[in-house]
Amino acid sequence: MVTIRTDVAILGAGGAGLRAAIALAESDPGLRIALISKVYPMRSHTCAAEGGAAGVIKADDSLEQHFHDTVGGGDWLSDQDAVEYFIREAPGELVQLERWGCPWSRDPDGSVAVRPFGGMKIKRTWYAADKSGFHILHTLFQTSLKHPAIERFDEYYATDLLVDDGRCHGLTAIEMRSGQLREFRAQAVIIAAGGAGRMFRFTTNGAIKTGDGMALAYRAGVPLKDMEFVQYHPTGLPNTGILLTEGCRGEGGILVNRSGYRYLQDYGMGPETAPGKPVLKTMELGPRDRLSQAFWHEMKKGNTIPTPWGECVLLDMRHLGEKLIDERLPFVRELSTSYLGKDPVTEPIPVRPVVHYMMGGIDTDIGAATPLAGLFAAGECACVSINGANRLGSNSLTEILVFGRRAALSAVEYLRSGPRAGNERALTARTAEARERIRRLFEITGGRVSISGLRSEMMDTMEEHAGIYRTGGGLAQACARLSELRERHAGIGLNDRTNVYNTELLQALELKSMLDCAEAVAVSAQARTESRGAHQRLDFVERDDDKFLRHSLAHHRSGQPPRIEYRDVVVTKSQPGVRDYSGDKK
Amino acid sequence: MSERRVSLEVLRYDPETDSEPRFQRYPVPYHEEWVVLDALNYIKDHLDTTLSYRWSCHMAVCGSCGMMVNGEPVLACKAFLRDYPDEIRVEPLLHFPIERDLVTVIDDFMAKLARVKPYLIPARDEPASAAERRQTPAELKRFKQYTLCINCMLCYAACPEYGLMPEFLGPAAIALAHRYNRDSRDAGRDERQEIIAANEGVWDCSFVGACSEVCPKHVDPAGALQQVKIASTVDWYKEHLMPWVKK
Ligand SMILES: Cc1cc2nc3c(=O)[nH]c(=O)nc-3n(C[C@H](O)[C@H](O)[C@H](O)COP(=O)(O)OP(=O)(O)OC[C@H]3O[C@@H](n4cnc5c(N)ncnc54)[C@H](O)[C@@H]3O)c2cc1C
Ligand code: FES
Repeated sequence: MVTIRTDVAILGAGGAGLRAAIALAESDPGLRIALISKVYPMRSHTCAAEGGAAGVIKADDSLEQHFHDTVGGGDWLSDQDAVEYFIREAPGELVQLERWGCPWSRDPDGSVAVRPFGGMKIKRTWYAADKSGFHILHTLFQTSLKHPAIERFDEYYATDLLVDDGRCHGLTAIEMRSGQLREFRAQAVIIAAGGAGRMFRFTTNGAIKTGDGMALAYRAGVPLKDMEFVQYHPTGLPNTGILLTEGCRGEGGILVNRSGYRYLQDYGMGPETAPGKPVLKTMELGPRDRLSQAFWHEMKKGNTIPTPWGECVLLDMRHLGEKLIDERLPFVRELSTSYLGKDPVTEPIPVRPVVHYMMGGIDTDIGAATPLAGLFAAGECACVSINGANRLGSNSLTEILVFGRRAALSAVEYLRSGPRAGNERALTARTAEARERIRRLFEITGGRVSISGLRSEMMDTMEEHAGIYRTGGGLAQACARLSELRERHAGIGLNDRTNVYNTELLQALELKSMLDCAEAVAVSAQARTESRGAHQRLDFVERDDDKFLRHSLAHHRSGQPPRIEYRDVVVTKSQPGVRDYSGDKK
Repeated sequence: MSERRVSLEVLRYDPETDSEPRFQRYPVPYHEEWVVLDALNYIKDHLDTTLSYRWSCHMAVCGSCGMMVNGEPVLACKAFLRDYPDEIRVEPLLHFPIERDLVTVIDDFMAKLARVKPYLIPARDEPASAAERRQTPAELKRFKQYTLCINCMLCYAACPEYGLMPEFLGPAAIALAHRYNRDSRDAGRDERQEIIAANEGVWDCSFVGACSEVCPKHVDPAGALQQVKIASTVDWYKEHLMPWVKK
């Protein structure tokens, strides 16, 4: 067994992982940093983010306002001390990216430009045309190349955390090129492994977003927080799930139903605004949960448009004109033209809500520390929580920066506190167990459970019962089904018994991660008998602050569904109130 | 849906058992909107779970899925079945060693990217500051195009020079250096130019322009190469013939 000894192991080389790695290298160039990722860093899904990153920079804006937008947008489930920290750090992080060369779009005077985004009362979303995440990721990756302390382990698939005596001491990962398991011994581990949208069939998430990081932490005893909150983005291309950024509406695009009517005004987001003259925090710039729910009601009323790929509404951008679209939304034009054959300059684009983002994730405190000593988490895999029950668009790209760095600083503090070394014998035994579990997958003969079949059943279950609107009955079915799938997963046998780049093996492991996450989603959703943000129950339609101004915590139990516990939300200055998206005109 | 089928002939290679690559043929249903990647996923899910290839975003931005389709380097997630005949041959990217099936070894490319110092090198006299720097839209435009590279390496597969001389830094790496050289916030051009102008650098390019033709993001690496080469020539003249002129 090859053992790699390092100070800090980072699992994931997307925006959060890279930001953490750079912060570590800057804080102490003598640190040994292992950056482990199942794909080359620039393939990480941060590259797909289009719209931009929020941070207060302009004179007309204030931290106070960003705080209130975020907390209200999250339906008061965010921890307000964490939001305060996040908002304070945000501008500095975005400027830091500017100093590292990020090609932010600019105003004529050369200052950074900002665009309107859903649920934000003031324009504060920094953008690089409509490839913001792409540029953030590449800027971070390229900047990381400056730091020799960062040793990359590209195409290593992490399988297990090494835990002994209540502390995390590293992880095991498969070197994909050789198929061999490697042991990483580290004093601290930061998980930055991204989201889990692939539990659903129709998603904006790339193939790699299978919730591995969440599942690793969960199986090591760290709870998953607020997993029932899954964000639907209102405007996905209906055939592929490819996202058309909220920037489309920020720039003035409108949503209409089959009669050309701007239906959002019927769902508490009116009165109607002039097309092409978007007004912040109302109509098309309402929050994502509300917009996706409005779509669902329109569909039930028969106001949507049938297409070969399901019911749709139309995103109309024609009035923006070719020049503006090419300048601010070139990627949107390229995507809808090539993948749907519709050019937004000349045609309205059919869209429907699509699974996009996990508000929930690994339980961390405001310092990005998990309850397991030596383990930190940041980015989409973590739940701090700043996003509450519904993330505002463009807060997440900022979150990966703010908390990526924060995780690094906390890890350094932890190292300086001189944590006890792990017991060699115990850790070696953990590694052997990890290897044994993988070896067993190779040994199952006649295992006729197919990975794609099982995955398909999981996706159908999630789409049917854990979507925009949920019911107790549906969720009960989902829970039962997911338990059964978890058991059947044990019968998966591999056809591919080879070592080198065995993607069948990886798919089997990824499926297990997704099943663990899916079960946490369904069980948490069943237990939350209220409606809040992205979690809407047809059988419990009201928000219930008495019972549920609390985070859910799903604890893993071997061979069983999770146990759910709760923790009070931290409220500092904003008492739960009414979410008002009716503009100022009222 | 339609009954039509296409036939994918896919290169297979397992270094543990195969002494050389072979081809395997798979019948795949035809859908008007499918890309080659959808066809590969169909094979993986329904016909042969042992096939290996790289992909993630399915929206032409992560750069994972570059491969040869009927002899041309393309992104599998943007190569529509409708644009090909019913017989489609899929091979790993040319000019890279094969790791397994359609997966190539890209160590050389990764090393080259790092070599050109692809990060801002501020001027030595630039005051340390944490403030936002100004950059006008016109200054941004000078380098924006070269920031769009997704590192898919199609240009390396298309580059005849890289095929002959693997030491050649190659289109994407040089375009990336050029991107930083042209950035108004950067002062590292001399450092980068030294690396590029070394013999395995820009001089090897014969300007066939194949790289720009296959680039899915219209980065135009050939244009970058040409400009870098001109700049290097000017540098050379300044240094050797007019040493009194400041670069
Ligand atoms: C299409 C799209 C558009 C978006 N647009 C915006 C936007 O405009 N604004 C905004 O704020 N947010 C946006 N988001 C959300 C935001 O982009 C993501 O939440 C964020 O980029 C996540 O970054 P991350 O670093 O946490 O994870 P990722 O970038 O997903 O990186 C995860 C990393 O973990 C690694 N990894 C995972 N599992 C393993 C394993 N088992 N072993 C080893 N490595 C592993 C991966 O290889 C990868 O390097 C968008 C999301 C999508 C999908
Ligand atoms: S899968 Fe990302 S570029 Fe093709």
